[in-house]
Amino acid sequence: MHTLTLSELAKKLRAKEFSVTELTKSLLARIEASQPSLNSFITVTAESAMAQAKVAEASLASGSAGPLTGLPLAHKDIFCTKGVRTSCGSKMLDNFVSPYDATVVEKLNAAGMVTLGKTNMDEFAMGSSNETSYYGPVKNPWDVKLVPGGSSGGSAAAVAARIAPIATATDTGGSIRQPASLCGVTGIKPTYGRVSRYGMIAFASSLDQGGLISQSAEDAAMVLGAMSGFDPRDSTSVDTPVPNYVESLDAPLTGLRIGLIKEFFEKGLDASVEKLIRDALRVYEKLGATLVEVKLPALPLSVPTYYVVAPAECSSNLARFDGVRYGHRAKDPKDLMDLYKRSRGEGFGAEVKRRIMTGTYVLSAGYYDAYYLKAQRVRQLINQDFKRAFQEVDVLMGPTAPDVAFGIGAKASDPIQMYLNDIYTIGANLAGVPAMSIPCGFVRDLPVGLQIAGPHFAEGKLLNVAHAYQKETDWHRRIPAAFKKETLS
Amino acid sequence: MSLNRDQINSIAHLARLSLTEAEIPVYQDSLSKIVDLVGELDAAQTAGIEPMAHPLPGLAQRMRPDVVTETDQHENYQRNAPQVEAALYLVPKVIE
Repeated sequence: MHTLTLSELAKKLRAKEFSVTELTKSLLARIEASQPSLNSFITVTAESAMAQAKVAEASLASGSAGPLTGLPLAHKDIFCTKGVRTSCGSKMLDNFVSPYDATVVEKLNAAGMVTLGKTNMDEFAMGSSNETSYYGPVKNPWDVKLVPGGSSGGSAAAVAARIAPIATATDTGGSIRQPASLCGVTGIKPTYGRVSRYGMIAFASSLDQGGLISQSAEDAAMVLGAMSGFDPRDSTSVDTPVPNYVESLDAPLTGLRIGLIKEFFEKGLDASVEKLIRDALRVYEKLGATLVEVKLPALPLSVPTYYVVAPAECSSNLARFDGVRYGHRAKDPKDLMDLYKRSRGEGFGAEVKRRIMTGTYVLSAGYYDAYYLKAQRVRQLINQDFKRAFQEVDVLMGPTAPDVAFGIGAKASDPIQMYLNDIYTIGANLAGVPAMSIPCGFVRDLPVGLQIAGPHFAEGKLLNVAHAYQKETDWHRRIPAAFKKETLS
Repeated sequence: MSLNRDQINSIAHLARLSLTEAEIPVYQDSLSKIVDLVGELDAAQTAGIEPMAHPLPGLAQRMRPDVVTETDQHENYQRNAPQVEAALYLVPKVIE
């Protein structure tokens, strides 16, 4: 059953080929068996999963089940889950048991989904390799010597290894799409404001957006509708109706105009990755799409823009961790200042401290205009580039990441090298547009992702475009050799 | 641009972070590199460009009716607190 997609699982549960309890048990066993090699979970919620499975079975039997009833999922450990530790990958929150559910968790619980546990992640979602987690790095299921990408590396590795059929994730600068690319799975970052941020631990509030890592665009469409929508508890939640993403999946692509971002093909892109992207584009041409080269001249500045905006917002958001109300507290503080400084110094890891200090610096007196205001103006230029491009084309396509997965430790000592992993993904966050990554082939036996971006609230179009490709190809059905068998040793 | 020890110490103080002696040169090096990276923004022509604070143009902060929507849950919330007494969060003595 582990190789089945959500829509296949839903059908088989209804046909009584197996029960929700059997499915849940089988996946919990896979999680347990894979932990020593992958480390993709921080907390496994076996007991509550079995209880949710029983409830789902009852509603399937009584006919009151919805389309997602009984389907298992994992939540990135950035989403607050009531009564369950919510660590955000940090020592700071190692002892934090959330008193409430994030809106996303609440909605998917209400839809009858079964939560298997909380996935590992870079600390406070700051990282592109999952190496900054307090709970140790996640390994890439295609080669356990390599990183899975980040920050949603646990979610991506879990779905790639088929130990969770789908997982929630978040994306501030590429944290859904880059790990999806490196692990050979499908990832969608919706439009800013589409999915509620309530109960999603904040990193950079003008960029953060919740989404999904799944086996296919079809699976993402099934769950995205249920987790999206207006939430009065999130002040930037958008009050626009949520379309039925499943219904629009099979729309024909005839006449689709695909923009190729010229700047993305110019330098720094691995030649064999580029070849696969060009191959994927040819599939779209066969499906009736036309390719148009577009220029987004400010986009090459997205990395420096992001490394002002995101740390600035992070330094403000993470000011709440003070050792007083929750989270890590240093022992025997001599005064209040000592309590703050040591609780934060001990509770945060190296990369989080680096981002907080970068943000503090760019916001400090005398530097605000030169860095922060300047970055906000460049952000506007990047935003205008996207707007102009979407007047010419329906979607933009290109690579998700410049290369395939790299070795654990290979880039850990050089933050700039690490930051450049997100060179193709950050633009969508700055402009707030939705974007996906879908598997489009292998280089040196490692997966490569094709990125698809669209205008605000075009999630339905993106899923339709991704699904059309997945009907023509089987890259998304490939499973790493070590995880093909039902029972993992 | 290169940041010196005093600058790192001052940034860490503003951020309320204690740093060990060994951490200071590490952050001196990486923060200097980051400042160089973000220095690339200087080259962009931004005269007359409106700064962009968030991606939703025209978003106005919503108002809601002034009615009670949350119940008192301090016991529930304070379960995560390091030190509580009589429903109050305890910190080291502030006023002598």
